[in-house]
Amino acid sequence: MKVTRVQQAQVIPLDRGDRQRKPAQEGPAVEPTPIRPTPAVEPATGLRGAVADALGFARRRLTGDYTVDQFGFDPDLTETLLLPPLRAVYRKWFRVEVTGAENLPATGGALVVSNHSGTLPWDALMTAVAVKDNRDRYLRMLGADLVFQTPLLGALARKSGQTLACNPDAEQLLRSGELVGVWPEGFKGIGKPFADRYKLQRFGRGGFVSAALRTGVPIVPCSIVGAEEIYPKIGDLKPLARLLGLPYFPITPLFPLLGPLGAIPLPSKWHIHFGPPVPTAEYAADDDPMLLFTLTDQIRETIQQTLYRMLNQRGNPFLG
Amino acid sequence: MTPRIVLVTGVGGHLGGHLAARLAADPSIERVLGVDTVGPHRSVGEVIAGTGRAEFVRADIRNPLIARVITSAEVDTVVHASLTANPPGPARRSAVKEMNVIGAMQLLAACQRAPSVRKLVVKSTAAVYGAGARLPAVLTEDDPPRELSSSGYAKDAVEVEGYVRGFARRRPDVDVTVVRLTNLIGPRVDTVLTRYFALPVVPTVLGYDPRLQLLHSEDALAILERAVTNPVSGVFNAGGDGVLLLSQAIRRAGRIPFPVPRAAMPTAGRLLRGARVVDFSPDHVHYLNHGRVVDTTRLRTVFGFTPRWTTRQAFDDYVHGSGLRPVIDPSVIERLERAVAGTR
Repeated sequence: MKVTRVQQAQVIPLDRGDRQRKPAQEGPAVEPTPIRPTPAVEPATGLRGAVADALGFARRRLTGDYTVDQFGFDPDLTETLLLPPLRAVYRKWFRVEVTGAENLPATGGALVVSNHSGTLPWDALMTAVAVKDNRDRYLRMLGADLVFQTPLLGALARKSGQTLACNPDAEQLLRSGELVGVWPEGFKGIGKPFADRYKLQRFGRGGFVSAALRTGVPIVPCSIVGAEEIYPKIGDLKPLARLLGLPYFPITPLFPLLGPLGAIPLPSKWHIHFGPPVPTAEYAADDDPMLLFTLTDQIRETIQQTLYRMLNQRGNPFLG
Repeated sequence: MTPRIVLVTGVGGHLGGHLAARLAADPSIERVLGVDTVGPHRSVGEVIAGTGRAEFVRADIRNPLIARVITSAEVDTVVHASLTANPPGPARRSAVKEMNVIGAMQLLAACQRAPSVRKLVVKSTAAVYGAGARLPAVLTEDDPPRELSSSGYAKDAVEVEGYVRGFARRRPDVDVTVVRLTNLIGPRVDTVLTRYFALPVVPTVLGYDPRLQLLHSEDALAILERAVTNPVSGVFNAGGDGVLLLSQAIRRAGRIPFPVPRAAMPTAGRLLRGARVVDFSPDHVHYLNHGRVVDTTRLRTVFGFTPRWTTRQAFDDYVHGSGLRPVIDPSVIERLERAVAGTR
């Protein structure tokens, strides 16, 4: 008792002001009540409701009254500004058809592993929309460091829930029960020539399997058909790519011939299939490199076989 | 081991001074020696004088005299709180570096010679992790410290931590605790960030929105105090829970962001430095580029301390406590919203 009394007496110059400002000790996880009172907006419907929603969003943005997680994910912004235009592309342009969405767990961590194609990562964005619309969960994608070095793009990627493809980040997300998406082929996959379409490249060094093993989450293989046709890459200007610090500089039938217009993806018909989850919890540890290779190959083979099957069933790439 | 005689360096600063005052108020501690080249702040000085257990030694830790102070007083716990990793205002680089590195070397040499020393607490900074697009988003204590720039203060901290590790090897009987604090904020503390957010127009790096993790200065003080009495030793990250994006923080403070292209940032920094407003070291520019978030699980589970303020609460406390007048008043925005929506 004496200790506390003395301490309080001693810290007077420090503590006097704090007494009123001290937040209620509810534990660290609880976000503080906003200091600025939220204006009481009665729930309205129709146009007035939409206007009120938009205004509320604008006010939250202007006063900084929103929450981002440790990785910089901003659900408010993603939901209100980023997803709607993507959803329009998803429905109207690529007419994405999703099968096997029930293989994505409704809660808890899981690692979605997918094939990568299409010169620009439209496949990643469409998968994120597919996961959100079918399972109402956010897909936290792992991106290349090039993304996070690029101004604007890097900031936007973080706000939409992406983070750097490295094991500490992946494991932390999986451990906290997030759905993590990874495209282990990387630039080799997305930048492969059109002639090699639907041929899976090497799956990195299997880092994604080690992340899943360490956290004991299931791996959901995902096969995407349609993304290869959006920008058929028929050439590569390597010197220009080197000059710009890019992994490749694509030549497609329309780009750079038509300039910026050539950056519009061709409207191919897409199919996304989520395969049955591969459990990893039964394996003890990840210190067995052979297990790592075996699992990596197994996942890769599953996706490849599913791609062949889906391609067989598909008719015209643009009509489906 | 309960500390009996504690020596605190850097009592001229905010953290060091208040830490000495807090320790002096602890009846289980017999004597507190505060060391610095400048005297503690007046309010702290009064408290220290009032307890009768603390005294101020005007000494430079770069001077071998410090060894005599430690041996003659039979100091058993040394708190090195004078490491300046983020000087708030423009300071002479060479002088700060000399103080940081040579001071720490001298102090550690003195501690090594003193058989009475049983515990060493070092206030370090999370800046040792650097900042960049290739780093993991959340840094743990296991991530290696890296030298960021040849001129920045973070390099001093990396070097000092290296010397501390060397000391721990040579004196395994001494418990060494290193706390890596994230950027401090609070209504009474003067740091590079408090000055930065007090600018009416805040320069940011165009196209980048870093994540900031902040620690309330009161929490930092409590952590250092606990590190002295806590039997646990090791390296601990210390930061508030949650993050704020820089753009979000600027809006919460009611400031106006001024995006500057990355290439022009050093020039903008030099202008602000020249105007003696805020120090824009290359490290700080890097921080504004990429931000930094550390994992505080070890602090909470092993060290046994949960910060009382989250990042957002600490920032709001700073905004309200330091009487920052918002350039953009949030109530105006709310009134506007109500007027347009016609809800009131």
